[in-house]
Amino acid sequence: MRVTLKIWRQASRGGSGKFVSYPVDNVNPDMSMLECLDVLNEQLIERGEEPVAFEHDCREGICGSCGFMINGVAHGPLPATTVCQLTMRHFKDGETLTLEPWRARAFPLIKDLVVDRRSFDRIIASGGYISTSTGGACDGNDILVPKETADRAMDAAACIGCGACVAACPNASAALFTGAKITHLGVLPQGKPEQDRRAIAMVAQMNAEGFGGCTNIGECTGVCPKEIPLEVIAAMNRDYLRGSWRARDNVVTPIRPFTEWSTGSKLKNDPTGG
Amino acid sequence: MATTVIGTREIRPIRFWESTNGQKAIMAVTGIVLLLFVFFHMLGNLQFFEGREQINFYGAALRRFPEALWAARVILLVSVVLHIWSSVKLAVRKNGARPTGYTARKNINSSYASRTMYWSGPILLAFIIYHLLHLTAGAIQPGGAFVEGDVYGNLVKGFSVWYVSLWYIISMILLGLHIRHGAWSLFQSLGMNHPRHTPLLKKLAMLFAVVVVLGYVAIPVSILAGVRP
Repeated sequence: MRVTLKIWRQASRGGSGKFVSYPVDNVNPDMSMLECLDVLNEQLIERGEEPVAFEHDCREGICGSCGFMINGVAHGPLPATTVCQLTMRHFKDGETLTLEPWRARAFPLIKDLVVDRRSFDRIIASGGYISTSTGGACDGNDILVPKETADRAMDAAACIGCGACVAACPNASAALFTGAKITHLGVLPQGKPEQDRRAIAMVAQMNAEGFGGCTNIGECTGVCPKEIPLEVIAAMNRDYLRGSWRARDNVVTPIRPFTEWSTGSKLKNDPTGG
Repeated sequence: MATTVIGTREIRPIRFWESTNGQKAIMAVTGIVLLLFVFFHMLGNLQFFEGREQINFYGAALRRFPEALWAARVILLVSVVLHIWSSVKLAVRKNGARPTGYTARKNINSSYASRTMYWSGPILLAFIIYHLLHLTAGAIQPGGAFVEGDVYGNLVKGFSVWYVSLWYIISMILLGLHIRHGAWSLFQSLGMNHPRHTPLLKKLAMLFAVVVVLGYVAIPVSILAGVRP
Protein backbone atom coordinates (compact mmCIF):
# COMPACT_ATOMS: atom_id res chain seq x y z
CA MET A 1 0.00 0.00 0.00
CA ARG A 2 1.04 3.59 -0.33
CA VAL A 3 0.29 6.51 1.93
CA THR A 4 1.12 10.20 1.97
CA LEU A 5 2.50 11.43 5.25
CA LYS A 6 1.91 15.11 5.89
CA ILE A 7 4.34 15.76 8.72
CA TRP A 8 5.03 18.80 10.87
CA ARG A 9 8.69 19.73 10.28
CA GLN A 10 10.34 22.13 12.68
CA ALA A 11 14.12 22.26 12.99
CA SER A 12 14.37 23.63 16.49
CA ARG A 13 12.49 24.93 19.46
CA GLY A 14 12.46 28.60 18.63
CA GLY A 15 12.05 28.19 14.88
CA SER A 16 8.90 28.14 12.86
CA GLY A 17 7.51 24.94 11.46
CA LYS A 18 5.45 23.83 8.49
CA PHE A 19 3.81 20.74 7.10
CA VAL A 20 5.71 18.78 4.45
CA SER A 21 4.06 15.97 2.48
CA TYR A 22 6.02 12.79 1.84
CA PRO A 23 4.61 10.02 -0.35
CA VAL A 24 5.69 6.62 0.95
CA ASP A 25 5.35 3.69 -1.48
CA ASN A 26 5.57 0.00 -0.65
CA VAL A 27 4.19 0.31 2.85
CA ASN A 28 3.72 -3.13 4.32
CA PRO A 29 0.25 -3.22 5.95
CA ASP A 30 1.75 -5.13 8.89
CA MET A 31 4.21 -2.34 9.67
CA SER A 32 3.60 -0.14 12.65
CA MET A 33 3.23 3.60 12.20
CA LEU A 34 6.73 4.09 13.57
CA GLU A 35 8.20 1.50 11.17
CA CYS A 36 6.53 3.41 8.36
CA LEU A 37 8.36 6.51 9.59
CA ASP A 38 11.60 4.45 9.71
CA VAL A 39 11.12 3.56 6.04
CA LEU A 40 10.51 7.20 5.21
CA ASN A 41 13.58 8.27 7.19
CA GLU A 42 15.81 5.80 5.33
CA GLN A 43 14.62 7.32 2.08
CA LEU A 44 15.22 10.82 3.41
CA ILE A 45 18.74 9.90 4.55
CA GLU A 46 19.49 8.38 1.14
CA ARG A 47 18.36 11.60 -0.48
CA GLY A 48 20.56 13.57 1.92
CA GLU A 49 17.62 15.19 3.71
CA GLU A 50 17.08 15.57 7.42
CA PRO A 51 15.16 12.55 8.80
CA VAL A 52 11.93 13.12 10.72
CA ALA A 53 12.59 13.23 14.47
CA PHE A 54 10.15 11.22 16.58
CA GLU A 55 10.43 9.73 20.04
CA HIS A 56 10.34 5.98 20.59
CA ASP A 57 11.79 3.34 22.84
CA CYS A 58 10.18 -0.02 23.61
CA ARG A 59 7.88 -0.17 20.57
CA GLU A 60 5.58 -2.50 22.45
CA GLY A 61 3.20 0.10 23.86
CA ILE A 62 4.40 0.23 27.45
CA CYS A 63 7.15 2.85 27.71
CA GLY A 64 5.21 5.99 26.88
CA SER A 65 7.89 7.51 24.67
CA CYS A 66 6.06 7.63 21.38
CA GLY A 67 3.00 9.55 20.43
CA PHE A 68 1.76 12.19 18.01
CA MET A 69 -1.51 13.22 16.45
CA ILE A 70 -2.65 11.27 13.40
CA ASN A 71 -5.43 13.06 11.50
CA GLY A 72 -6.36 15.00 14.62
CA VAL A 73 -6.53 12.07 17.05
CA ALA A 74 -3.78 11.40 19.59
CA HIS A 75 -2.13 8.02 18.86
CA GLY A 76 -4.35 7.60 15.80
CA PRO A 77 -7.78 6.11 15.22
CA LEU A 78 -7.42 2.81 17.08
CA PRO A 79 -8.52 2.93 20.73
CA ALA A 80 -6.14 1.82 23.50
CA THR A 81 -3.16 1.80 21.15
CA THR A 82 0.07 3.76 21.02
CA VAL A 83 1.47 4.76 17.62
CA CYS A 84 4.16 2.07 17.88
CA GLN A 85 1.45 -0.58 18.11
CA LEU A 86 -0.75 0.96 15.43
CA THR A 87 -0.35 -1.05 12.25
CA MET A 88 -0.72 0.48 8.83
CA ARG A 89 -3.53 -1.91 7.83
CA HIS A 90 -5.90 0.32 9.78
CA PHE A 91 -5.45 2.98 7.12
CA LYS A 92 -6.76 3.00 3.58
CA ASP A 93 -4.48 2.60 0.59
CA GLY A 94 -3.61 6.02 -0.78
CA GLU A 95 -4.72 7.83 2.38
CA THR A 96 -3.08 11.07 3.49
CA LEU A 97 -2.12 11.03 7.17
CA THR A 98 -1.48 14.30 8.98
CA LEU A 99 1.15 13.80 11.69
CA GLU A 100 1.37 16.62 14.21
CA PRO A 101 3.20 16.83 17.53
CA TRP A 102 1.41 17.22 20.88
CA ARG A 103 0.52 20.89 21.23
CA ALA A 104 0.59 22.44 24.69
CA ARG A 105 2.47 25.25 26.34
CA ALA A 106 3.68 22.81 28.98
CA PHE A 107 5.01 20.53 26.20
CA PRO A 108 7.43 22.81 24.33
CA LEU A 109 8.40 21.42 20.96
CA ILE A 110 11.98 20.21 20.57
CA LYS A 111 12.06 19.07 16.97
CA ASP A 112 9.55 17.79 14.39
CA LEU A 113 7.31 15.40 16.35
CA VAL A 114 9.30 15.45 19.61
CA VAL A 115 8.11 17.50 22.56
CA ASP A 116 9.62 18.12 25.98
CA ARG A 117 7.39 16.37 28.54
CA ARG A 118 9.49 16.99 31.62
CA SER A 119 6.58 18.93 33.09
CA PHE A 120 5.21 15.43 33.82
CA ASP A 121 8.43 14.50 35.60
CA ARG A 122 8.18 17.58 37.80
CA ILE A 123 4.57 16.71 38.70
CA ILE A 124 5.68 13.22 39.74
CA ALA A 125 8.66 14.58 41.67
CA SER A 126 6.40 16.92 43.63
CA GLY A 127 4.42 14.10 45.25
CA GLY A 128 4.34 10.84 43.33
CA TYR A 129 6.10 8.75 45.94
CA ILE A 130 5.48 6.93 49.21
CA SER A 131 7.47 6.93 52.42
CA THR A 132 9.06 3.68 53.34
CA SER A 133 10.96 2.51 56.38
CA THR A 134 14.46 1.29 55.80
CA GLY A 135 15.80 -1.76 57.59
CA GLY A 136 14.90 -5.37 57.28
CA ALA A 137 12.48 -6.31 54.57
CA CYS A 138 8.97 -6.74 55.89
CA ASP A 139 7.12 -9.98 55.37
CA GLY A 140 5.15 -10.53 52.24
CA ASN A 141 1.43 -9.80 52.69
CA ASP A 142 2.29 -7.82 55.81
CA ILE A 143 -0.14 -5.15 54.68
CA LEU A 144 -3.34 -6.69 53.39
CA VAL A 145 -4.71 -5.01 50.28
CA PRO A 146 -8.19 -5.97 49.09
CA LYS A 147 -8.22 -7.30 45.55
CA GLU A 148 -10.65 -4.62 44.41
CA THR A 149 -8.37 -1.87 45.74
CA ALA A 150 -5.34 -3.46 44.14
CA ASP A 151 -7.19 -3.57 40.83
CA ARG A 152 -8.13 0.10 41.05
CA ALA A 153 -4.57 1.06 41.87
CA MET A 154 -3.27 -1.10 39.04
CA ASP A 155 -5.70 0.40 36.53
CA ALA A 156 -4.46 3.89 37.44
CA ALA A 157 -0.83 2.77 37.53
CA ALA A 158 -1.14 1.61 33.92
CA CYS A 159 -0.55 5.24 32.92
CA ILE A 160 2.63 5.40 30.82
CA GLY A 161 2.84 9.20 30.83
CA CYS A 162 2.75 9.53 27.05
CA GLY A 163 0.94 12.87 27.15
CA ALA A 164 -1.93 11.96 24.83
CA CYS A 165 -4.45 13.16 27.44
CA VAL A 166 -2.95 16.65 27.38
CA ALA A 167 -2.73 16.59 23.60
CA ALA A 168 -6.38 15.59 23.15
CA CYS A 169 -7.81 17.86 25.85
CA PRO A 170 -9.47 21.01 24.46
CA ASN A 171 -8.12 22.75 27.59
CA ALA A 172 -4.65 21.14 27.35
CA SER A 173 -5.16 19.92 30.91
CA ALA A 174 -2.99 17.31 32.59
CA ALA A 175 -5.78 16.24 34.96
CA LEU A 176 -5.97 12.63 33.73
CA PHE A 177 -2.21 12.13 34.11
CA THR A 178 -2.02 13.77 37.53
CA GLY A 179 -5.21 12.02 38.62
CA ALA A 180 -3.80 8.63 37.61
CA LYS A 181 -0.60 9.26 39.56
CA ILE A 182 -2.48 10.49 42.64
CA THR A 183 -4.96 7.60 42.49
CA HIS A 184 -2.57 4.72 42.05
CA LEU A 185 -0.76 5.64 45.25
CA GLY A 186 -3.66 7.17 47.16
CA VAL A 187 -5.96 4.15 47.16
CA LEU A 188 -3.31 1.80 48.57
CA PRO A 189 -2.51 1.60 52.29
CA GLN A 190 1.14 2.26 51.49
CA GLY A 191 0.20 5.61 49.95
CA LYS A 192 -2.19 6.77 52.65
CA PRO A 193 0.30 8.66 54.87
CA GLU A 194 0.98 11.24 52.15
CA GLN A 195 -2.49 11.22 50.60
CA ASP A 196 -3.40 14.82 51.51
CA ARG A 197 0.00 16.30 50.88
CA ARG A 198 0.40 14.41 47.61
CA ALA A 199 -2.78 15.78 46.06
CA ILE A 200 -2.03 19.35 47.12
CA ALA A 201 1.59 19.28 45.97
CA MET A 202 0.94 17.56 42.65
CA VAL A 203 -1.97 19.84 41.81
CA ALA A 204 0.17 22.89 42.70
CA GLN A 205 2.94 21.72 40.39
CA MET A 206 0.43 20.87 37.63
CA ASN A 207 -0.95 24.39 37.87
CA ALA A 208 2.54 25.93 37.92
CA GLU A 209 3.37 24.17 34.66
CA GLY A 210 0.77 26.08 32.69
CA PHE A 211 -1.57 23.23 31.82
CA GLY A 212 -5.22 24.15 31.38
CA GLY A 213 -7.90 23.28 33.91
CA CYS A 214 -10.06 20.17 33.60
CA THR A 215 -13.67 20.84 32.60
CA ASN A 216 -14.73 17.17 32.53
CA ILE A 217 -15.03 16.96 28.76
CA GLY A 218 -13.66 13.43 28.50
CA GLU A 219 -11.49 13.52 25.35
CA CYS A 220 -8.47 12.42 27.42
CA THR A 221 -9.85 9.05 28.39
CA GLY A 222 -10.97 8.44 24.80
CA VAL A 223 -7.42 8.65 23.43
CA CYS A 224 -5.61 7.16 26.42
CA PRO A 225 -3.67 4.10 25.24
CA LYS A 226 -4.14 2.59 28.70
CA GLU A 227 -7.82 3.57 28.95
CA ILE A 228 -7.39 5.37 32.27
CA PRO A 229 -10.94 6.23 33.39
CA LEU A 230 -12.21 9.73 34.24
CA GLU A 231 -12.74 8.34 37.72
CA VAL A 232 -9.09 9.14 38.54
CA ILE A 233 -9.78 12.84 38.01
CA ALA A 234 -12.63 12.66 40.50
CA ALA A 235 -10.29 10.86 42.90
CA MET A 236 -7.76 13.68 42.49
CA ASN A 237 -10.48 16.26 43.14
CA ARG A 238 -11.61 14.35 46.22
CA ASP A 239 -8.10 14.06 47.60
CA TYR A 240 -7.46 17.71 46.82
CA LEU A 241 -10.65 18.93 48.50
CA ARG A 242 -10.14 16.76 51.55
CA GLY A 243 -6.45 17.63 51.71
CA SER A 244 -7.16 21.35 51.45
CA TRP A 245 -9.69 21.04 54.23
CA ARG A 246 -7.69 19.14 56.80
CA ALA A 247 -4.02 19.37 55.90
CA ARG A 248 -1.79 20.71 58.66
CA ASP A 249 1.74 20.61 57.26
CA ASN A 250 0.73 22.13 54.00
CA VAL A 251 4.00 23.63 52.84
CA VAL A 252 3.70 23.33 49.10
CA THR A 253 6.72 24.19 47.01
CA PRO A 254 6.10 23.95 43.30
CA ILE A 255 9.28 24.42 41.30
CA ARG A 256 9.67 26.72 38.36
CA PRO A 257 9.18 24.98 35.02
CA PHE A 258 12.67 25.06 33.57
CA THR A 259 14.57 23.43 30.76
CA GLU A 260 18.24 23.67 31.41
CA TRP A 261 19.78 22.68 28.12
CA SER A 262 19.14 25.96 26.41
CA THR A 263 19.45 29.16 28.33
CA GLY A 264 16.77 31.66 27.64
CA SER A 265 14.21 28.92 27.26
CA LYS A 266 12.57 29.63 30.57
CA LEU A 267 8.86 29.27 30.04
CA LYS A 268 6.83 32.41 30.51
CA ASN A 269 4.04 30.63 32.26
CA ASP A 270 4.70 31.26 35.91
CA PRO A 271 1.26 32.04 37.32
CA THR A 272 2.74 33.64 40.39
CA GLY A 273 4.51 36.24 38.27
CA GLY A 274 7.74 35.52 40.14
CA MET B 1 17.50 19.36 37.14
CA ALA B 2 17.71 23.03 37.90
CA THR B 3 14.98 23.87 40.33
CA THR B 4 13.72 27.12 41.67
CA VAL B 5 11.07 27.13 44.31
CA ILE B 6 8.16 29.36 43.40
CA GLY B 7 4.91 30.54 44.88
CA THR B 8 4.60 28.85 48.23
CA ARG B 9 1.05 29.64 49.13
CA GLU B 10 0.80 29.34 52.85
CA ILE B 11 -2.66 30.87 53.02
CA ARG B 12 -4.92 27.91 52.46
CA PRO B 13 -8.04 29.63 51.11
CA ILE B 14 -5.96 31.61 48.60
CA ARG B 15 -4.15 28.51 47.43
CA PHE B 16 -7.48 26.73 47.04
CA TRP B 17 -9.03 29.71 45.30
CA GLU B 18 -6.17 29.93 42.78
CA SER B 19 -6.01 26.23 41.92
CA THR B 20 -7.85 24.76 38.94
CA ASN B 21 -9.41 22.11 41.16
CA GLY B 22 -10.57 24.71 43.67
CA GLN B 23 -12.13 26.76 40.90
CA LYS B 24 -13.98 23.72 39.63
CA ALA B 25 -15.25 23.00 43.13
CA ILE B 26 -16.54 26.58 43.40
CA MET B 27 -18.13 26.15 39.98
CA ALA B 28 -19.82 22.95 41.14
CA VAL B 29 -21.18 24.31 44.43
CA THR B 30 -22.52 27.50 42.86
CA GLY B 31 -23.88 25.32 40.05
CA ILE B 32 -25.95 23.37 42.56
CA VAL B 33 -27.47 26.62 43.86
CA LEU B 34 -28.28 27.73 40.32
CA LEU B 35 -29.75 24.33 39.39
CA LEU B 36 -32.06 24.48 42.40
CA PHE B 37 -33.11 27.98 41.38
CA VAL B 38 -33.74 26.89 37.78
CA PHE B 39 -35.92 24.01 38.94
CA PHE B 40 -38.05 25.94 41.42
CA HIS B 41 -38.35 28.94 39.10
CA MET B 42 -39.73 26.55 36.50
CA LEU B 43 -42.26 25.14 38.97
CA GLY B 44 -43.30 28.71 39.83
CA ASN B 45 -43.66 29.63 36.17
CA LEU B 46 -45.84 26.65 35.38
CA GLN B 47 -48.56 28.22 37.54
CA PHE B 48 -49.19 30.29 34.42
CA PHE B 49 -51.25 27.37 33.21
CA GLU B 50 -53.51 27.63 36.22
CA GLY B 51 -54.67 31.01 35.08
CA ARG B 52 -54.25 34.71 35.71
CA GLU B 53 -55.21 34.71 39.40
CA GLN B 54 -52.86 31.93 40.39
CA ILE B 55 -49.70 33.28 38.71
CA ASN B 56 -50.40 36.83 39.87
CA PHE B 57 -50.99 35.53 43.40
CA TYR B 58 -47.69 33.65 43.21
CA GLY B 59 -45.89 36.79 42.04
CA ALA B 60 -47.35 38.78 44.94
CA ALA B 61 -46.54 35.99 47.41
CA LEU B 62 -42.87 36.11 46.47
CA ARG B 63 -42.85 39.81 47.34
CA ARG B 64 -44.67 39.47 50.66
CA PHE B 65 -41.40 39.10 52.58
CA PRO B 66 -38.91 41.48 50.95
CA GLU B 67 -36.12 40.39 53.34
CA ALA B 68 -36.45 36.76 52.26
CA LEU B 69 -36.68 37.77 48.62
CA TRP B 70 -33.54 39.86 48.84
CA ALA B 71 -31.70 37.19 50.79
CA ALA B 72 -32.46 34.73 48.00
CA ARG B 73 -31.43 37.30 45.39
CA VAL B 74 -28.13 37.96 47.15
CA ILE B 75 -27.36 34.23 47.37
CA LEU B 76 -28.16 33.86 43.67
CA LEU B 77 -26.12 36.89 42.72
CA VAL B 78 -23.10 35.71 44.71
CA SER B 79 -23.44 32.27 43.12
CA VAL B 80 -23.65 33.71 39.62
CA VAL B 81 -20.64 35.96 40.23
CA LEU B 82 -18.52 33.12 41.61
CA HIS B 83 -19.67 30.79 38.83
CA ILE B 84 -18.62 33.32 36.21
CA TRP B 85 -15.44 34.21 38.05
CA SER B 86 -14.22 30.62 38.11
CA SER B 87 -15.15 30.05 34.48
CA VAL B 88 -13.24 33.20 33.47
CA LYS B 89 -10.18 32.03 35.40
CA LEU B 90 -10.34 28.62 33.71
CA ALA B 91 -10.94 30.17 30.30
CA VAL B 92 -7.89 32.43 30.67
CA ARG B 93 -5.85 29.37 31.61
CA LYS B 94 -7.23 27.43 28.65
CA ASN B 95 -6.33 30.22 26.24
CA GLY B 96 -2.76 30.26 27.48
CA ALA B 97 -2.33 26.51 27.58
CA ARG B 98 -2.10 25.86 23.85
CA PRO B 99 -0.36 28.74 22.06
CA THR B 100 -0.07 26.82 18.76
CA GLY B 101 -3.29 25.15 17.78
CA TYR B 102 -3.80 21.96 15.82
CA THR B 103 -4.31 21.97 12.07
CA ALA B 104 -6.65 19.04 12.47
CA ARG B 105 -8.23 17.86 15.67
CA LYS B 106 -11.14 15.47 15.97
CA ASN B 107 -13.37 14.98 18.98
CA ILE B 108 -13.96 11.31 19.63
CA ASN B 109 -15.21 11.02 23.18
CA SER B 110 -17.09 14.11 24.30
CA SER B 111 -20.53 15.63 24.16
CA TYR B 112 -21.40 18.74 22.19
CA ALA B 113 -22.72 20.25 25.41
CA SER B 114 -19.44 19.80 27.28
CA ARG B 115 -17.39 21.45 24.55
CA THR B 116 -19.70 24.46 24.26
CA MET B 117 -19.96 25.41 27.94
CA TYR B 118 -17.86 28.53 27.26
CA TRP B 119 -20.43 29.56 24.62
CA SER B 120 -23.69 28.60 26.28
CA GLY B 121 -22.61 30.31 29.52
CA PRO B 122 -22.06 33.88 28.25
CA ILE B 123 -25.14 33.72 26.02
CA LEU B 124 -27.18 32.66 29.06
CA LEU B 125 -25.75 35.60 30.99
CA ALA B 126 -26.91 37.96 28.25
CA PHE B 127 -30.31 36.29 28.36
CA ILE B 128 -30.60 36.59 32.13
CA ILE B 129 -29.84 40.31 32.00
CA TYR B 130 -32.43 40.77 29.27
CA HIS B 131 -34.91 38.59 31.13
CA LEU B 132 -34.56 40.60 34.37
CA LEU B 133 -34.95 43.88 32.50
CA HIS B 134 -38.01 42.51 30.72
CA LEU B 135 -40.03 40.66 33.36
CA THR B 136 -38.64 41.79 36.71
CA ALA B 137 -37.73 45.47 36.28
CA GLY B 138 -40.03 46.18 33.35
CA ALA B 139 -37.35 48.35 31.78
CA ILE B 140 -37.80 46.72 28.39
CA GLN B 141 -41.41 46.57 27.29
CA PRO B 142 -41.87 44.60 24.09
CA GLY B 143 -45.46 44.09 23.07
CA GLY B 144 -47.03 46.60 25.45
CA ALA B 145 -46.67 48.51 28.70
CA PHE B 146 -45.32 46.62 31.74
CA VAL B 147 -47.85 46.46 34.56
CA GLU B 148 -46.36 45.94 38.01
CA GLY B 149 -48.00 42.93 39.64
CA ASP B 150 -49.79 41.65 36.55
CA VAL B 151 -47.45 38.75 35.85
CA TYR B 152 -49.92 37.05 33.54
CA GLY B 153 -50.49 40.12 31.40
CA ASN B 154 -46.79 40.91 31.17
CA LEU B 155 -46.02 37.36 30.07
CA VAL B 156 -48.69 37.35 27.39
CA LYS B 157 -47.68 40.80 26.11
CA GLY B 158 -43.97 39.95 26.00
CA PHE B 159 -44.20 36.50 24.48
CA SER B 160 -46.73 37.54 21.87
CA VAL B 161 -43.78 39.23 20.16
CA TRP B 162 -42.32 36.40 18.11
CA TYR B 163 -38.66 37.41 18.44
CA VAL B 164 -38.92 37.70 22.24
CA SER B 165 -40.25 34.15 22.35
CA LEU B 166 -37.63 32.92 19.90
CA TRP B 167 -34.80 34.44 21.95
CA TYR B 168 -36.33 32.87 25.05
CA ILE B 169 -36.66 29.45 23.45
CA ILE B 170 -33.10 29.49 22.07
CA SER B 171 -31.77 30.54 25.47
CA MET B 172 -33.67 27.76 27.20
CA ILE B 173 -32.24 25.18 24.79
CA LEU B 174 -28.77 26.50 25.61
CA LEU B 175 -29.66 26.28 29.29
CA GLY B 176 -30.62 22.66 28.66
CA LEU B 177 -27.24 21.98 27.04
CA HIS B 178 -25.46 23.72 29.92
CA ILE B 179 -27.36 21.57 32.45
CA ARG B 180 -26.88 18.38 30.46
CA HIS B 181 -23.13 18.70 31.07
CA GLY B 182 -23.09 20.67 34.31
CA ALA B 183 -25.52 18.58 36.31
CA TRP B 184 -23.35 15.44 36.18
CA SER B 185 -20.00 17.20 35.85
CA LEU B 186 -20.45 18.92 39.23
CA PHE B 187 -20.26 15.52 40.93
CA GLN B 188 -16.99 14.80 39.13
CA SER B 189 -15.61 18.18 40.21
CA LEU B 190 -16.52 17.45 43.82
CA GLY B 191 -14.73 14.11 43.64
CA MET B 192 -17.65 11.76 43.10
CA ASN B 193 -17.31 9.32 40.25
CA HIS B 194 -18.19 5.68 40.31
CA PRO B 195 -18.42 3.27 37.39
CA ARG B 196 -21.91 2.30 38.50
CA HIS B 197 -23.32 5.69 39.52
CA THR B 198 -21.82 8.09 36.99
CA PRO B 199 -23.62 6.66 33.91
CA LEU B 200 -26.85 6.98 35.91
CA LEU B 201 -25.98 10.57 36.85
CA LYS B 202 -25.41 11.39 33.17
CA LYS B 203 -28.86 10.01 32.32
CA LEU B 204 -30.44 11.98 35.18
CA ALA B 205 -28.67 15.15 34.01
CA MET B 206 -30.13 14.58 30.55
CA LEU B 207 -33.59 13.99 32.00
CA PHE B 208 -33.31 17.11 34.17
CA ALA B 209 -32.22 19.17 31.17
CA VAL B 210 -35.13 17.93 29.03
CA VAL B 211 -37.68 18.58 31.81
CA VAL B 212 -36.31 22.08 32.39
CA VAL B 213 -36.32 22.99 28.70
CA LEU B 214 -39.85 21.66 28.17
CA GLY B 215 -41.12 23.31 31.36
CA TYR B 216 -39.81 26.74 30.41
CA VAL B 217 -40.50 26.61 26.69
CA ALA B 218 -44.12 25.53 27.23
CA ILE B 219 -45.14 29.08 28.23
CA PRO B 220 -43.99 31.10 25.18
CA VAL B 221 -45.06 28.27 22.86
CA SER B 222 -48.57 28.19 24.27
CA ILE B 223 -48.83 32.00 24.18
CA LEU B 224 -47.67 32.09 20.57
CA ALA B 225 -50.07 29.27 19.69
CA GLY B 226 -52.90 31.22 21.30
CA VAL B 227 -53.63 28.53 23.88
CA ARG B 228 -54.12 30.54 27.07
CA PRO B 229 -55.66 29.48 30.33
